[in-house]
Amino acid sequence: MTRLTVIVNGDQRVIDGPATLADLLRQLDLDPRMVVVELNREIVRRPRLAETEVQHGDSVELVHFVGGG
Amino acid sequence: MATTIQEQTLTDTPLTVGGRSFRSRLLVGTGKYRSNAEMVRAIEASGAEVVTVAVRRVDLDRSKEEGLLYHLDPTRYFLLANTAGCYTADEAIRYARLGREAGFNDFVKLEVIGDRETLLPDTAGLISATTTLAAEGFQVMAYTNDDLITALRLEDAGAAAVMPLASPIGSGLGLLNPYSIRTIKKRLKVPVLVDAGVGTASDACITMEQGVDGILMNTAIAEAEDAATMALAMRYAVEAGRLAFLSGRMPRREVAAPSSPLKGML
Repeated sequence: MTRLTVIVNGDQRVIDGPATLADLLRQLDLDPRMVVVELNREIVRRPRLAETEVQHGDSVELVHFVGGG
Repeated sequence: MATTIQEQTLTDTPLTVGGRSFRSRLLVGTGKYRSNAEMVRAIEASGAEVVTVAVRRVDLDRSKEEGLLYHLDPTRYFLLANTAGCYTADEAIRYARLGREAGFNDFVKLEVIGDRETLLPDTAGLISATTTLAAEGFQVMAYTNDDLITALRLEDAGAAAVMPLASPIGSGLGLLNPYSIRTIKKRLKVPVLVDAGVGTASDACITMEQGVDGILMNTAIAEAEDAATMALAMRYAVEAGRLAFLSGRMPRREVAAPSSPLKGML
């Protein structure tokens, strides 16, 4: 097992690797149906989360819908 | 009386935007509510089918259930993602793509803000983002000011609907320029929905009397002391204003005209 340093939602985090984006969501206790994932400014569609590896230094954005007008 | 209103409303055509039809001409936001329970009750009372939402980072340090989808049924409401808080076309395009990826529809309520104090739109950025997003297959509903030329350019750029403001976002100042709104409505082929500025029911009614296709509001309901009751008032006001427009109001006269017959007086 390795330790990966990634930026998640603007903050540096150390996660257990190797990890896919699906693994990352699991480690953060997030439901993949409820979030949209952007990896280095490219959207990663849900079916590809389990096959996309997170690399050291990656920048990940996890967004969802909140109240707004 | 309520039955009569409903029967009359049935004679109205639906609101059709980007190929989707809706019975209600009132669209509501989901921001600023004191609680999720109050938001849900107010939205139900409003009768709205289209509900706007914002795209934001998940707060990783808090409960994962703060996402709106835990409180609002996406099979019951048409979720319209916005790009609120975006100050450039590129930023708005990024948010629009993220909103679409949530997987509900291709619609976006496009905002490109130009000024922090008034939240008035950056119209050049707005037109540019509309062109890009329309080419990507988005149904763009563009929040804009009450300027006819910008509205025409947005239509040319491929907007599915143009949404001029009544007055600045969250101001509650009501419809400041009925003439501009009427002119925009007369000149555009795509639906014109007034977005922002309505403060109370009479504002909504007067706005609909200008002939626009609908109204989107958030703060007027969310910041009312009793949000659900205000939502109901807004629903009636939008219907009343729409019916008044469809019925064709009497002419304005500068002199009185008696309602009772002059003939037969003693």
